[in-house]
This record gives sequence, structure tokens and C-alpha cells, in this order.
Amino acid sequence: MYVAVKGGEAAIANAHALLADRRRGDRDVPALRLDQIVEQLGLGVDRVMAEGSLYDKELAALAVMQARGDMIEAIFLVRAYRTTLPRFGYTRPIDTAVMQVERRVSATYKDLPGGQLLGPTFDYTHRLLDPELAGGADVAEPEQREAAPEPMPRVSEILAHEGLIEPDGSLPDGHVTGDITREPLEFPMERDIRLQALSRGDEGFLLALGYSTQRGYGRSHPFVGEIRIGEVELELDVPELPFPVTLGRIRVTECQMVNQFKGSAKAPPQFTRGYGLVFGQSERKAMAMSLCDRALRAREFGEDVVAAAQDEEFVISHSDNVQATGFVEHLKLPHYVDFQAELDLVRRMRAGHAERQGEEGEQREAAE
Amino acid sequence: MKNGRREEAERSAERKAAMAALAMASGGEIRRLWDAAGFETDAQALRGPETGLVTVRGRIGGAGAPFNFGEATVTRATVRLPGGEIGHAYALGRDKEKARLSAIADALWQNPARCAEIEEKIIAPLKASQAGADEKRRTEAAATKVDFFTMVRGED
Repeated sequence: MYVAVKGGEAAIANAHALLADRRRGDRDVPALRLDQIVEQLGLGVDRVMAEGSLYDKELAALAVMQARGDMIEAIFLVRAYRTTLPRFGYTRPIDTAVMQVERRVSATYKDLPGGQLLGPTFDYTHRLLDPELAGGADVAEPEQREAAPEPMPRVSEILAHEGLIEPDGSLPDGHVTGDITREPLEFPMERDIRLQALSRGDEGFLLALGYSTQRGYGRSHPFVGEIRIGEVELELDVPELPFPVTLGRIRVTECQMVNQFKGSAKAPPQFTRGYGLVFGQSERKAMAMSLCDRALRAREFGEDVVAAAQDEEFVISHSDNVQATGFVEHLKLPHYVDFQAELDLVRRMRAGHAERQGEEGEQREAAE
Repeated sequence: MKNGRREEAERSAERKAAMAALAMASGGEIRRLWDAAGFETDAQALRGPETGLVTVRGRIGGAGAPFNFGEATVTRATVRLPGGEIGHAYALGRDKEKARLSAIADALWQNPARCAEIEEKIIAPLKASQAGADEKRRTEAAATKVDFFTMVRGED
């Protein structure tokens, strides 16, 4: 027998009205505008774009506002929105070597072509809360330095000349670039699909896994070969135009992690690499991604898979925070019937248990 | 023949650059220049303006095999002018009016009698403001460049 239970319409409608009220908060406080969120909470917007896997600052800002600052809820909103749009095509791959760079640092070379640009970083701040900021103090214009534009080759190209580092990752001839938004995940998977999943994976999850590799769970001896943040142009091939059309620019963060490698039956001793590429300014995420990318290449290098971060199915199946939150949070939805069934089961098991205890007790008494 | 082909390639590169300047400008900026120039805004919409997605690709390690790493909103439009010229526009974001005006600009640009004034009144000012903004950002970043110096200690 199946009994449908209905109810709660009024409660749900009122709960949503209450949510809208609490989201707005004290009406004496001015309402937020999207441009304020885009301009002043930019890294939060970047995270929503990266993990929502959709580059659109205003939409991400709206999602942050609608979600009351709950990042995973905002990411969920963005993911839901993107399913409503048609797809025009795949861009040409971006070229990070010609990025309009705002920050570029290398931990492996002090003097590299183009130099070390710190850019707008939290590094070297004292992490002391600033009461002046709370007071809304005016902010000075940043310094400018006249300097001739210099090319800024990727650090990997410098190391490559000596042959001490593996080349940029290639895939077999005839490989069709995978797309996790079109095909279900299958294991084992190629590196392109893993990178797509990692790029939109949860920052906290990937950070913890990256950290675990540093602490000895799948050791990988990493150095930051280079981090660069800045804007790159997007181009799209369309049938109606005889050239790839420029769509505009997006900000990305790229991390080249360089890892010492002793060599194995499959490869000579050399530096190997992990790669991170993320929407927006998101250095922590790009670094974590590159650590995980390298760890997940264990099979390729003939390394033993001994740690969580090296386990492709474990990492990729659990990196998506929209999936994760969906499955965890569904537990709070009504499970009345399931629970009734389990309640009945537990009652019967207890009755059986008590009966057996009783029998054992009688046997013990008899033995004594 | 050869010259003709080269001319065509140059023309194509100029058109691509003009479309890029429009794509990178804000809708408000294009509108302001458009109103100041007093250009027509009548055009038959052949497609859109419509918003969709493109999947953004990177390369493994920076220059290796391509992979998809996210999507971006894009708005496009195609228009036909009363004179028959067809113009296209593509730009990141969801600004439909910007796409429509950009497509009209592209259509006018292809008319040899109008190209120069579109370049002068719309494209050149956009390129100038974009170059200025890029230069400002570049010099701001340059001010954060680390100048290393070595301290020599001891006798030898």
C-alpha cells in the first residue's frame, strides 16, 4: 500500500517569506547592490564563478546576495542557472603566456624574465584586523611605475631547455577533449577530465587533500614553479566569420607546481608537474588543484597509490560541493516512511535480542 | 591576385580588432559614443540578441593538450541594415543592447562609405580607453615588482 501525504504549503510559503525578510535584515541598513558585491567582495565572487563553473560576475554577485553569503548555496544557484542556457561552442584554448599579468611569483627562480610581481596579495600583511577599514577611511590610489613592457614566459619553458622537467601534458593522438558537463564520469579517466573536475571542485576539499600530500600521505616534494594571475582573451570560432571572434577577457589564476621525482621503471629522474587553472583570483585553489593533479598522476608515473589524494575515484567523486551538499542535505528532508520501516525493524530485532538473552540466561542458570 | 589576398587579410584583421574593441567595452560606453555620433539604431534583427554559454578551454601545463575548465555567458546578435549589410556581435556577459549596437556597428563598418566614421567615432575611442586602462593596470602591477639586492658580508 502506498499512502501519499500532502501538506505544508502554507508553512513553506511563509518560510520563504521569512527567508526574504531575514536576508534583507534591518531595513534601516541600506540594501546591498550587486556592483558593491562585485567590486568589494571580489574574491567571494571569484570563488562562486570558479566552483559554479560559470564566468559572470554579476550573476555570481546575485547568487551571493540571494544565498545570504552562503558560498555553496550561491554556487548551487549558479550551477542551476547555467543549465538553462544554450551552448554556443568551445573557445580556443587560452594562452596564459600572453596574459595581462597582475601578479606573478616564482618560488624556484629569483631572477626570471619579467620578474616577480607581487600584485594585490594578502602575503606579507600582518593579518591584524584594521579598524580604519571598518570606519570607511578613504583609500589612496596605488603607486605606478613606468617600465617598458616585458615578455613573461611561463617558468616551465625556462626549465624545459635543460630537459630536467617533463613537457606540458599531452594526450594520445586522436583524443577528443572530454567534458564532464556532457558525459557521466567514468574511471579511470584521462587528465583533461580530471582537471575539469578539479577546476570546479570544492576549494576546502582540494586544500585539505593538497595539504595531506605535503604531510606525507602521497609525498610529492612540491615547489611553486610559478603562479600568475591576470586577464586572458577568449576567442571563439564561429561559422559566420572568417576569423576567431574575440569575446572579451576573463581573469584566471594559473599555478605550475614542480615536483621532484626519483624516477621509476616508467620514467627517468626528473621534475614532474602539477597544473592548476581556475577562474578569477584564487591562488589557494589553483595551488591545491595543482598538488592534487600531480598526486592523481601516480598511475602514470608507476607510483604506488597509498594515499587518499592519489585515489582518482575517491578524489573526483567527492570534489564537487554541489553534489556533496545535495546528498548530505537531502537527509533532512522527510523520511517518515523509511524511518517507520526502520523503527519497526529495530523493534523486532530488539525483541529477538531480548529473547536470546533470556534463553542464554536460563541456560547459564541451568548450568550453574 | 596576391595583393588582393593580402588586402583581404588586412581588412579581416581590422574587422576582428574592431569587433574585439566593441566586445571589451561596456554597454554604457558604446551607447554614449553612439548617441554622441548620432548613428542610426534601426536594423532588422536576424538572430538574437540572445544569451548562451561558451565552454572555456585551457591547456594542460599551459601549452599542452586542451581541457575544458568552465563556462562563460556570452551574448550574440546578428542584424541586417536597410542597405543589406549584415553585422555580427559576440561578447562576454548578458548585455543584449550592447550586442545589438555592436552588430549594427559591425554592419556599418563593412560599408566602405561608413567604415571611416565608425572607426573614428566608436572604435578609436574604445581602443584608446582600453589601452589607457591596460597601461594603468600594467604600471600599477609594475610598482609591485620585487627589486632584489644582495648584501655582501665579510672580508672575502
